[in-house]
Amino acid sequence: MWEALKRLYHRMGSPKWFYEISARWLPWFAIPAALCLIVGTVWGLAFAPADYQQGNSFRIIYIHVPAAILAQGAYAMMAIAGGIFLIWRMKMAAWVAAAIAPIGASFCFLALITGAIWGKPTWGTWWVWDARLTSMLLLLFLYFGVMALQKAMETDDTSAKAGAILSLVGLVNIPIIKYSVEWWNTLHQPATLKLTEESTMAMEMLIPLLIMIVGFYLLFATLIFMRTRNEVLWHERKKSWVKKLIEAEK
Amino acid sequence: MTRSAPVDESKWFTTHCDLSAHDVSCERDDRILFENLSFTVKKGDLIQLAGPNGAGKTTLLRLMAGLNQDFDGEVRWYDENIQSCFQDYARQRLYIGHLSAIKKVLTPLENLRWFVSSWPEVSEDALWQALEEVTLAGYEDIPCQQLSAGQQRRVALARLLVTPTPLWILDEPFTALDKAGVAWLEALLALHVNRGGSVLITSHHALSDIPALRQIELGVQK
Amino acid sequence: MSLVTATIKRDLIIAARNPGEWLNPLMFFLMVLALFPLAVDPDPKFLSKIAAGVVWVAALLATLLSLDALFKADVEDGTLEQWLASGESLYAMALGKVFVHWCISGLPLTLVAPLLALMMNLPDDAYAALFFSLLLGTPILSLLGAVGAALTAGVRSGGLLLSLVILPLYIPILIFGASAVYHAGIGMEYAGQLGFLASFLCISMTLTPFAVAGALKLNLSR
Repeated sequence: MWEALKRLYHRMGSPKWFYEISARWLPWFAIPAALCLIVGTVWGLAFAPADYQQGNSFRIIYIHVPAAILAQGAYAMMAIAGGIFLIWRMKMAAWVAAAIAPIGASFCFLALITGAIWGKPTWGTWWVWDARLTSMLLLLFLYFGVMALQKAMETDDTSAKAGAILSLVGLVNIPIIKYSVEWWNTLHQPATLKLTEESTMAMEMLIPLLIMIVGFYLLFATLIFMRTRNEVLWHERKKSWVKKLIEAEK
Repeated sequence: MTRSAPVDESKWFTTHCDLSAHDVSCERDDRILFENLSFTVKKGDLIQLAGPNGAGKTTLLRLMAGLNQDFDGEVRWYDENIQSCFQDYARQRLYIGHLSAIKKVLTPLENLRWFVSSWPEVSEDALWQALEEVTLAGYEDIPCQQLSAGQQRRVALARLLVTPTPLWILDEPFTALDKAGVAWLEALLALHVNRGGSVLITSHHALSDIPALRQIELGVQK
Repeated sequence: MSLVTATIKRDLIIAARNPGEWLNPLMFFLMVLALFPLAVDPDPKFLSKIAAGVVWVAALLATLLSLDALFKADVEDGTLEQWLASGESLYAMALGKVFVHWCISGLPLTLVAPLLALMMNLPDDAYAALFFSLLLGTPILSLLGAVGAALTAGVRSGGLLLSLVILPLYIPILIFGASAVYHAGIGMEYAGQLGFLASFLCISMTLTPFAVAGALKLNLSR
């Protein structure tokens, strides 16, 4: 078992192996992702019952909640990939981290936009300083910081290392930021209506949500694979196997 | 410049240099700088790294000094990897890069004091003497920004006179020095080698007067 | 004297000879405070309500302004290279640098803030809270800021980038610092907020020097 894991780790470190194997894996993520997203969307928008308090406007949770979950998860994954790169000098990990950043930021942005759209009919304004939305906004700032830093560094190596260090510092800070924002929020405006209640949710509403969450995860995996493949090609562009690939394309 | 205060050579340093590179290879941005380079720096050696610009002289110097770990192969101090005995190694070698680490608002004496702070055995008198030898006597109270580039370089080089290390690693130390300064530094290098010290140096300056000189040519292999 | 204490001493001397280093952030602090009554409303009642937050925001911005220079000179003149060459722990060096930075930015801000808060009509009960929250909070600003300063030290025009990188990390300090002052002003207990700041200070004091040390190594030219 341990040996098998070790073998997998060493193989994952080889960009060529990853590039070849990911081409075969990709459909196994992309097709179920499309299925889940279609089924979840249709079910959630057309068949799930309306909320007794919020009416139909609650249906935006089918986009908002999965996007928000992934935005946070993606940051952690980016930081962990960065950590693997810093500790074991595994270049693939750095490229995965670089691939995650813009996707995580996009999900974060999607969660913010859907939150604002939901806010208009519910609160009557596009933006309310609600605890979750504020945390999400700060998370977006964290993503911006990492991406701006990666862009500003001169070499690939320093860019990857700087991004990794900053995302690890951010990862340690996220719980502190979340806690302080929640604390601040209860102090200033105890919100009466929340986009997602922790309380019970009817089964007919919950199941499509779960399907959407799974679909978003699969979509995320698909996107990461595709972007990492691009990163591999770019960084290995001077290696012979990539040159051969390009020759074959021509 | 003449040596006003000859150093007591027998007590100058307690250990001798035993630094070796084993199959050192380094590439930068997909370009191989050097490959499978092996050499030793022993007592009395003066080794000049030669080669055109961009051949990797500074890179090799820095990884021999332990400042750069991004290479293949190993650098050893007394048969131990320099990274695992770095504290020891750092006290036995003096590294002066082409950046002089001079703070311009401080006086030469204050700068020198900071440079030698890792060697508590160096006395304040020795610092004064060193400044006198690099002909900066009388400039002790003047901030370095009012000194010329050559004078600032001499402040940095004055460390050679006071830190008791067997190995000197010097990156282009002749830059900005005038004729007298060049002659003084050449004499100092010869003296250090004669008393059993070792020098690893990059320089476009010909050091052929010193018999112990060996050259390592970089930038020949593809 | 070790290189760390020598560096602390040297940087304090430099700050004493370059008063701009610590005076400019203070003047900036004062000017930012003056903007709020001018832009919003000079009514004393209104000012006293926003004073806590405004003073904290201004302190945060002033610290941010002074951070850009924290490691820049050391990277450019070769001082960083000498730290690494010395074999002394970069962790200790990072703490030393942060200590100096706090002495010339956070400490003066903490001392001056109560005076400037008078102009903002801060309620009488809030002055102790303002002083203590800044005393605990400004070192965290320096510690977290040092990570950003070390990451961006080699980047040209890194000042704006530094703000982007660091500001989100400052949010918890801002929330708890400002709320301590505000709560004190309306006669409520504020020990909890100070407790949060104290524990955050302990965490950052142990963890951030690792990140600073790692980030500093990125700035060595190869």
